[in-house]
Amino acid sequence: MRTLAPFLRNYKKESILAPFFKFLEVVFDLLVPIVIARIIDVGIARDDRGFILQNFFILILMAAAGLTVSITAQYFAAKASVGFSTELRQAVYDHIQGLSYSEIDTLGTDTLITRLTDDINQVQNGLNMGLRLLLRSPFIVIGSMVMAFTINVRCALIFAGAIPVLFLVVFVIMYLSIPLFRKVQGKLDDVTGLTRENLTGVRVIRAFCREEESVREFDESNRELTKLNELVGKLSALLNPVTYVLINIATVILIHSAGIQVSLGNMQQGEVVALYNYMAQMIVELIKLASLIITLNKAAACAGRVAGILHVNSSMDYPSRTSETVSGNSAVEFQDVSFSYPGTGAPSLSGISFSVKKGQTVGIIGGTGSGKTTLVSLLARFYDATSGRVLLDGVNVSDYSQKDLRSRIGVVPQKAALFKGTIRDNMKWGREEATDEEIWDALSTAQAREIVEGKPGRLDFALEQNGKNLSGGQRQRLTIARALVKNPEILILDDSASALDFATDAALRKALSRLKGKTTTFLVSQRAASIRQADLILVLDDGTLCGQGTHESLIRSCSAYREIYFSQFPEEQLRYETESKKISGADTAAAVSGKEVLS
Amino acid sequence: MNRDSNRQKNTSMEILWKVLRFIGRYRFLLILSILLASASVILQLYVPILFGDAIDEIIGEGRVNFQRMWYYLRRILVMVLLSGVATWIMNIINNRVTYRTVQDIRAKAVRHIQVLPLSYLDRHSTGDIISRVIADTDILSDGLLLGFTQLFSGIVTIIGTLIFMLSKNIWITLLVIVLTPLSFFVAKFISSRSFQMFRKQSDARGRQTALIEEMIGNQKVVQAFGYEEKSSEKFAQINSELKEYSQKAVFFSSLTNPSTRFVNNVIYAAVALAGAFLIPGGHLTVGGLSVLLSYANQYMKPFNDISSVVTELQNALACAARIFSLLEEEPETADSSGTLSNVKGKVDIQNVCFRYSPEKKLIENFNLHADPGKRIAIVGPTGCGKTTFINLLMRFYDVNSGTISIDGQPVMGLSRHSLRKSFGMVLQDTWIKNGTVRENICIGKPDASEEEIIEAARKSHSWEFIRRLPRGLDTVLREDSLSQGQKQLLCITRVMLCLPPMLILDEATSSIDTRTEMMIQEAFNQMMEGRTSFIVAHRLSTIRNADEILVMKEGSIIEQGTHEELMKKGGFYKNLYNSQFVKVSD
Repeated sequence: MRTLAPFLRNYKKESILAPFFKFLEVVFDLLVPIVIARIIDVGIARDDRGFILQNFFILILMAAAGLTVSITAQYFAAKASVGFSTELRQAVYDHIQGLSYSEIDTLGTDTLITRLTDDINQVQNGLNMGLRLLLRSPFIVIGSMVMAFTINVRCALIFAGAIPVLFLVVFVIMYLSIPLFRKVQGKLDDVTGLTRENLTGVRVIRAFCREEESVREFDESNRELTKLNELVGKLSALLNPVTYVLINIATVILIHSAGIQVSLGNMQQGEVVALYNYMAQMIVELIKLASLIITLNKAAACAGRVAGILHVNSSMDYPSRTSETVSGNSAVEFQDVSFSYPGTGAPSLSGISFSVKKGQTVGIIGGTGSGKTTLVSLLARFYDATSGRVLLDGVNVSDYSQKDLRSRIGVVPQKAALFKGTIRDNMKWGREEATDEEIWDALSTAQAREIVEGKPGRLDFALEQNGKNLSGGQRQRLTIARALVKNPEILILDDSASALDFATDAALRKALSRLKGKTTTFLVSQRAASIRQADLILVLDDGTLCGQGTHESLIRSCSAYREIYFSQFPEEQLRYETESKKISGADTAAAVSGKEVLS
Repeated sequence: MNRDSNRQKNTSMEILWKVLRFIGRYRFLLILSILLASASVILQLYVPILFGDAIDEIIGEGRVNFQRMWYYLRRILVMVLLSGVATWIMNIINNRVTYRTVQDIRAKAVRHIQVLPLSYLDRHSTGDIISRVIADTDILSDGLLLGFTQLFSGIVTIIGTLIFMLSKNIWITLLVIVLTPLSFFVAKFISSRSFQMFRKQSDARGRQTALIEEMIGNQKVVQAFGYEEKSSEKFAQINSELKEYSQKAVFFSSLTNPSTRFVNNVIYAAVALAGAFLIPGGHLTVGGLSVLLSYANQYMKPFNDISSVVTELQNALACAARIFSLLEEEPETADSSGTLSNVKGKVDIQNVCFRYSPEKKLIENFNLHADPGKRIAIVGPTGCGKTTFINLLMRFYDVNSGTISIDGQPVMGLSRHSLRKSFGMVLQDTWIKNGTVRENICIGKPDASEEEIIEAARKSHSWEFIRRLPRGLDTVLREDSLSQGQKQLLCITRVMLCLPPMLILDEATSSIDTRTEMMIQEAFNQMMEGRTSFIVAHRLSTIRNADEILVMKEGSIIEQGTHEELMKKGGFYKNLYNSQFVKVSD
């Protein structure tokens, strides 16, 4: 709760004025029984019709004044609660923008989305109701007590005794149910998750004839949610009857002692009616409060979830300015780099060292889960190396400002994500000021020119969310073009040609090789053919670099590379075997480590 | 126009009726709840009368009849306690009915999802169906059931109040009845004004949610392109738009309460005025006036409740309509009873035609004969119908015409379970359940022993990474915990464990490196010994060893034969195959 309070600071005035006007309304409400008492004790007793009529108009005037201040209060409450949630939503959104990959991995996208939408809406509702009503009830309750004291001190003491008991009851029930509400939200997450699973996994479930088991699993979770809901329900169901019974018991005691007071001549009958009316007002308010508290409990549980996100801090610091780059020959250098994902034991990469010259093309190949994507993620500083140094232009990547680093590196991730908007909008993601000409150039290089030319409106063609109105291969080519528009020093293609057929893939590589000069390209691929032409090939095996060099040197020196290559080109294996027999003597001499080949 | 609104009414009546049938199971609880509601309302209304009677015994100094007063007070205590207990039990019953109904609807929905045709599920977004099963159901239960009880106790309160007031004074009661519609008009006037704003608000909210899903869903891309600031800006823009509509909607709708309260206060004052004029004539006592005043105070509340219940009911029915349209969606065609036993694996496909939508041709006149134990590979450009072919084999979709038969039995005559159990399927789109590795592997064979699981994992080469997971087979997997290739290995392990008589591999190894793939291939080879298999692959090295390669284009087979035959033929396949050797440098 305390985490979220600062978001009200711009609405200090409103959040004070709303309860204040509510308070004024309460004052008018509280004056009503007094006027009624005067009507009874003065007007009726003397049968003074003029006096009664006069007081009637006072009542009407008070009602009108009550309406005015109440509307003012509602206005400020609406302004404060909506303003608060707007700022909170923005702050949470901005906060997520600053989280690093590690935090996004641990939190999971789904929760982020529900917390930004559902949970914040609930908090807004709670705050609005709270500003409007939460204070009204205590005002009325305490105001009634104060008014009671002006009528008769002895009787008023009954109010003073009853009110703390009532607040205690409300507090205890709230205290017990808030943690349960949080549990309910958690269980609801489970049920939602299982529903999603039944939909996304429908083919597998049906193929393995697992319909009954998935239904059974769902039922179990569903029943648990119901049980929990019923438990919370039983608890909050107490609130209303218990307050009702307590306040009526207090009223019975009140009438009893009022009887004694009147009998002793300390009080008049009209004043008894006034006291009774105050009690009646309290009953109505407390019943309202009871249902309000259930809403507030939910809102509090949601506020906790939202605050949870704001408490997650990015594990990454960026300096505000990049330190001086050493304009050396090497574009990228890894120095004994190791990395493990948070929460996992075994390192995903260990002891990786290599160096790449400017303008070179680097191919990265290796088995499933061998760390190819992790390696390029470290280069783009999506994660920080656990040990060792990653240098870009001779400077550690962690010494770059975020903006500078991102502008130097163009990444084409495995997942081809495009966004709602025109093709031009999407292409400008990397560089806002790119001209149409530059975009078309990038599209040509990415083999995507004819895709765009075939669409109505060409660059103005509107993509749907996630680029749903394109095929997988088309999306992939557009994401490549998007990275090219950026004109980056380092271009990383993370297995981003997997949906392309071989002919397009080859044409793409050919076009990329023409970019040569400034751009250093990293190609992650499963296809040996895709990386064979690279200036430097890195062969990863289970997180270690088991070979580096050109195709020619690796085919002789690196058995892992040989296996991968021959598994895709069995014809070449025969040729190699006959050749290597011929030069078997020279073989050992040629099998030098990749580093030596480079230097 | 008129007929339209009539039909609208009919359908919402129909929906109401359907909902009532759903709650029908709990009718005894509901009747009990209604009885308890009436009891507690009547008791609660009677209490002020008794208080009034008690106050009438307190006339002035020395003129207090304590005996009579205590008599009333004792009765009040009993009634209050009874009413409290009745309210509590009623609340518990309402909760139970509400949550059980939600549970029932969700259970039914999930069961229905199991039998819905895939064409429906493929066409509808997952998010939309989830929101029907979860959010809409919640709104329905909240709105409808609470609405019903409030509606009912509201009506009882109004009738009860009027009767009790009549017992005190006819004229004041008539005064209240005449003034009542005033607050209705005010409430209606305001709600029709705020409705507009609410619609604008939900529009803006919808757009904002879409942006959130898109941006946060692809947060990694956003960051890779340094788009964070722009993304925040976009969000801020729509956020401030939403703020404007929300503030108005919230403010306008919150006018209802003070306005009706104002009307209420006017009525209250009128009652006081009329009462004060009537008492000296002996038509009313002071205690009686205090009762009438407190009734006048309470009397408006049920009216406000009922008008808000009506809007909530409308909302609930709208949600119910969405739920029922899911529940009533036509299920798959009825299952047949035929079963396959001792499957040999002879597959015959004759003159099969299939289209997803009637106007777009897909598979036309498809013929294929596969002998038992043969390995059939299918290649072709994207969109040529490879995956559709598999959809038809597994009966995820049914053919429009033609027949598919297995061992001479047409698949339409077989039960779906029997058919699907005879295939082992690995899809490109890997699906991992939230659960342990073990649960994920055992999907096809829940009673598999530890040894069998490890054996299957070794064969499919997934054991190497499973072994190194923090808790081995008992590691709980989440959507992002494995790489794409590892997920595929796990899916292959599933199939390796249950050893079905036929195999379908749809790009099953696309994300696995070729070396591991070759090793898996050996295991597949062993497994495919005597098992008919269908392999779809992009990677031509994967399919080179197939007994027969089908080259598909635009829904039909254009070339057919072994790798060598097709290479010799020099057609489409040869071009496709050679394209992977294109040299980059000219």
